[in-house]
Parts: sequence; C-alpha cells; structure tokens
Amino acid sequence: MKAKVYVTLKPSVLDPQGKAIQHSVELLGFEKIQDVRQGKYFEIQLNDNLSESEATETATQIAKDVLANPVIEDFRVEVE
Amino acid sequence: MKFGVIVFPGSNCDHDAYHVISKHVGQPVEFIWHKQTDLSSYDAIIVPGGFSYGDYLRCGALAKFSPVMQSVKEFAAQGKFVFGICNGFQILCEAGLLPGALIRNRDLHFICDFVNLKVENQTTPYTSEVESGKILSIPIAHAEGNYVCDDATFQSLEENNQIVFRYCDENGEITDDANPNGARSNIAGICNLDRNVLGMMPHPERACEELLGSNDGRDIFRSLTKAISQISN
Repeated sequence: MKAKVYVTLKPSVLDPQGKAIQHSVELLGFEKIQDVRQGKYFEIQLNDNLSESEATETATQIAKDVLANPVIEDFRVEVE
Repeated sequence: MKFGVIVFPGSNCDHDAYHVISKHVGQPVEFIWHKQTDLSSYDAIIVPGGFSYGDYLRCGALAKFSPVMQSVKEFAAQGKFVFGICNGFQILCEAGLLPGALIRNRDLHFICDFVNLKVENQTTPYTSEVESGKILSIPIAHAEGNYVCDDATFQSLEENNQIVFRYCDENGEITDDANPNGARSNIAGICNLDRNVLGMMPHPERACEELLGSNDGRDIFRSLTKAISQISN
C-alpha cells in the first residue's frame, strides 16, 4: 500500500523559489501564468496488510510530525 | 560554570563556538554529541550553526529528533540557557522551543556578509552587557534566514518584548534596505517568554576577534556569562 503526501507552503507564506521558477517560465515565452508555488511530494510504502483507513492514519501522523512544519506548511495525504 | 556545544552530523560552527567560549569567555566547555542525553553538568547549551543532517527535508527538521533534543527541552524548561545560532536557531524553531520558522531568503541567495543589528531588548540574559544604543556588527551566513510567523505570534512577540535583534542600517534605522533576507519586521533574533532560550541568525561567535572584522559578539557572550554567574551565586 502506498501513501502519497503533498506538502505545500501555506497561502500566506511567500514562496521566493516559486517566484523564481515563474520568472524563468515566463522568460521561456509561456504566457498567462498567474502564479507558481513549489512544494514537496513524498511516497511512503506501507505494509500491504494495513486497511486503507489505517494507512491514511499512519501517513497523516508522519506528515504531521515530520514531513510538514505546521507553522508554514499544509499537507494532503492520498492512499492507494 | 560549564558550557556545552551540541554536535549534530553536519554541524560546522561547533568549533568556532568552542573556541570563543574557551579562549575569549574563558570558561570550561565541552562538545556534546547529539546522541548524548545527560546535560546535568552544564549551565548553558549552545546549538551551533551548520547544516545538521545536510538540511534535508527542512533546515533543522531532522535535528529535532536527535536524542539530545528531548534533553535540551527539559534543560530549557528548568530555566537554563539554550542559545541557538543560525542553524541552531532553525533547530530551536523546528523543535518548538521558539515560535515561527525560517524559510528561504527573499532573493534566494546564500548571503555571507556583515550586518548591523539593533538590540531591541537590552534586559535579556544575552544582551544586558551591550552598551546602550550600540549597533552590533556581526556576520550572517545563511540561505534560510527569512523569519516568518503568523500575525498572532508576531503580536505576542512584540507585546512580550521577545524580539531581541533586528537588522538595521548603520544609524540603527530599521529599513527594508537593511533587511538582508526578507525576515518579517527585520527580525534577526528572538527569545522565549522566560528569556532563557535565544535564537539568532547572525553569528556572534564569528565576531569575537578584531582580526575577523569585529568583536561585537563578545558583548553577547559576556552578557550570558554574567547571567549564569548571577544564577550560580
């Protein structure tokens, strides 16, 4: 069973890396770009005998305790 | 009086801190490997600068799980002094010993340069010996020193005089131009409510010798030494 965790900066936190990426993208000629935000993506392989809810609970706890800093980041968990 | 300097894998300002404590502060100091958990023989702990755990995940994010950090939390809760410098500041924020977080510099660059610091609170154990009105010249060396916090945290920092250092110009004015990294309200260093835990991005341990361009850092270490001896007496 695999959990996917997406960690993103809170909307209120400026993202200088996202801004730099946006600038480069615009230099390449891509138009109509409103905003670029950079985040992190984690894949966690869990034991197959876990139920979907157990896997979600475990991955959520890992995201909360380790992968995201609640002061500046939000996260989202998907299990498949 | 005894100081301890924590060594994480990737710490690289640990020897600078050790050097300053032993040579200039003139007090006993020991390195503390991050797996050690007994801090009972120390009066002050320095969490030094560097790249603990290679800055993997986020700066300071993995160091907070090192065994020594649980002991550092208990040490701080006893009112003993915990001084985080640069990566040490990032670790103390990640560990929840100080509020807020440090993110990538506004202009993305790693900045290694002298900055001017205004002492906003001269009544802390870390600043009591700084001459009133003196602007400190101390170097920074970081890519993630952009201090952020939410509005409620900022308000509480201000109300409780926890903002200890701000980046300023040579006249002591707090301006955008004097802000090297985009930190909220030019914040360079903060303390906890009890004043015994302080974190700052600039490196006072690199500013204790004229040869290195400044010895203003000595004011901070002298203040801390005085505070420790007052408690011990």
